[in-house]
Amino acid sequence: MRLKRDIKFLLYCLIFYIVIFSLNRYQIIINDYILNIINLSLVYVILTVSLNLINGFTGQFSIGHMGFAAVGAYISGVLTTIIWKINPSNPLNYFLFFIALIIGSIASGLIGFLLGLPTLRLRGDYLAIVTLGFGEIIRTIINNIDYVGGPRGLLGIPKFSNFTVIFIITIISVLVIRNIVFSTHGRAFKSIREDQVASELVGVNTTKYKVYAFTIGAFFAGLAGGLLCHLLQIAHPTQYGFLGTIFVLIMVYAGGMGSISGSIIAAFGLTFLSEGLRFLLRWIDDITPTFTVGIEWRMVVYSALLIIIMLYRNEGLMGKREFKILIPEEEE
Amino acid sequence: MKTVLSLRNVTHYFGGLRAVNNFNIDLPEGALWGLIGPNGAGKTTIFNLITGVYKPTEGKILFEGKDITGLKSHIIVDKGIARTFQNLRIFNELTVIDNIRVAKHFKADYKITDSILRTKKFYNEERRIKEEAYNLLKIFGLQGRMNNLAKHLPYGELRKLEIARALATKPKLLLLDEPAAGMNPREVVSLMELIHSIRDIFNLTILLVEHQMRVVMGICERIKVMDFGETIAEGNPDAIRNDRKVIEAYLGSEGGRC
Repeated sequence: MRLKRDIKFLLYCLIFYIVIFSLNRYQIIINDYILNIINLSLVYVILTVSLNLINGFTGQFSIGHMGFAAVGAYISGVLTTIIWKINPSNPLNYFLFFIALIIGSIASGLIGFLLGLPTLRLRGDYLAIVTLGFGEIIRTIINNIDYVGGPRGLLGIPKFSNFTVIFIITIISVLVIRNIVFSTHGRAFKSIREDQVASELVGVNTTKYKVYAFTIGAFFAGLAGGLLCHLLQIAHPTQYGFLGTIFVLIMVYAGGMGSISGSIIAAFGLTFLSEGLRFLLRWIDDITPTFTVGIEWRMVVYSALLIIIMLYRNEGLMGKREFKILIPEEEE
Repeated sequence: MKTVLSLRNVTHYFGGLRAVNNFNIDLPEGALWGLIGPNGAGKTTIFNLITGVYKPTEGKILFEGKDITGLKSHIIVDKGIARTFQNLRIFNELTVIDNIRVAKHFKADYKITDSILRTKKFYNEERRIKEEAYNLLKIFGLQGRMNNLAKHLPYGELRKLEIARALATKPKLLLLDEPAAGMNPREVVSLMELIHSIRDIFNLTILLVEHQMRVVMGICERIKVMDFGETIAEGNPDAIRNDRKVIEAYLGSEGGRC
């Protein structure tokens, strides 16, 4: 009885999986290009939901999320590409790949923990500046380590991240974060967002819980980073810079601060929009021969989108609401 | 009678300003005492010192005989001191029952891994917490509102919710910071009855800061009066009512103290 809704949720996921998988198999609508965008969207779901845990649910303003993703990406990438030199042709290597992913995630979570301990006493703008600095430090460090390719990036990463792998890991990540949000720990996070002083004075160890949120968020960012580099088969410092974080941040805001459902929709919507704009901008470029409209104009569209969201629907698409299917039954 | 809370020579400075000077109190178990004084007298500062929001510059704070000076707020709450706030500090975007359940957080006996894996322990504890929260809301007549967002409640009910939230931490000592602020006379009367009854139901010791004389005079057994951080009078309501220093502090002296 108690698992009924969760089973329904998993069933929907299974149907989604089978539909996408078989359509792709026969290349109907879902060709490999579209499947790649779906894969990318799923990775962004993990990134967005985990950033939402820090920014939306706990109310801390972190803008160094891609720094954590970089840690996960490079550590797992180096393990599979340089140290173990494994490739997906042998199914047993997937086991090693998962270990590499977990090691990357744990390292990322550990860095989140170490960064959180001293900095989470800071509030608002100050925390934002520290996390911004952190992201840039990670990027600069990577840029200067020749072993991982430096500014050339880490090339030739084996393509372990296929649709099945990404899909399963995304579902697990979303469910884990959902289970945390709907528990006494999740309520502690939300109370910190609402009023930190009151939260402390009803017995919540606010510093500890902020570090918790940060560590968990960083862990999943690292996981997403690991998946991303094994999907794109390249890890490049520029992917993990400030703009990358802003891209995820826009998804969090667009979906709704404090809504997992919103984050999922926004991750899919904006990733597809991003690819759609690629065509749109190319087309505009073609019909306006006097000046070039580069792909970088996407960021202009995003910025405009963010301004529109903030002006007309500042709580985001979902606000703090969730789809019923994502609310655990015991909450009602 | 056993002493629950003792403040010994507590002094607190904000920069150069002496907000509280040499404050002493010995609150016996089961007492309902009041702390009054004009604006800026240092009443709320006393509460902030007891609950660990500030650390006193000098002096000691003892709770049930143990030194709690300078401990972190959440540890002090765990030891059994709860409080409400002069300006409401409700978790607006949480539901009414979640406001209560947050206050049960530190008593929840399951780990974050239990919530991820939804173990049996998680379900048992959650059921217990929810039941306790519901029973508490029932005492305050808020059970019908339990799934509303707190921000949608009218002011009087928010005041009640805040008291309920403080009680959810199962305190031995309750500090009420101007519970009647912004209430109309009829609400004040029912609040006074409520405070009386929760003391008996929950076996509490209550210290109350209040502006409205009728509340303090009506329910407090003993009153301490402060002005500019100093204790200027102490006694039962009748004695306080006729104390010359108190009248001066509130109304000014006859001779005109410029």
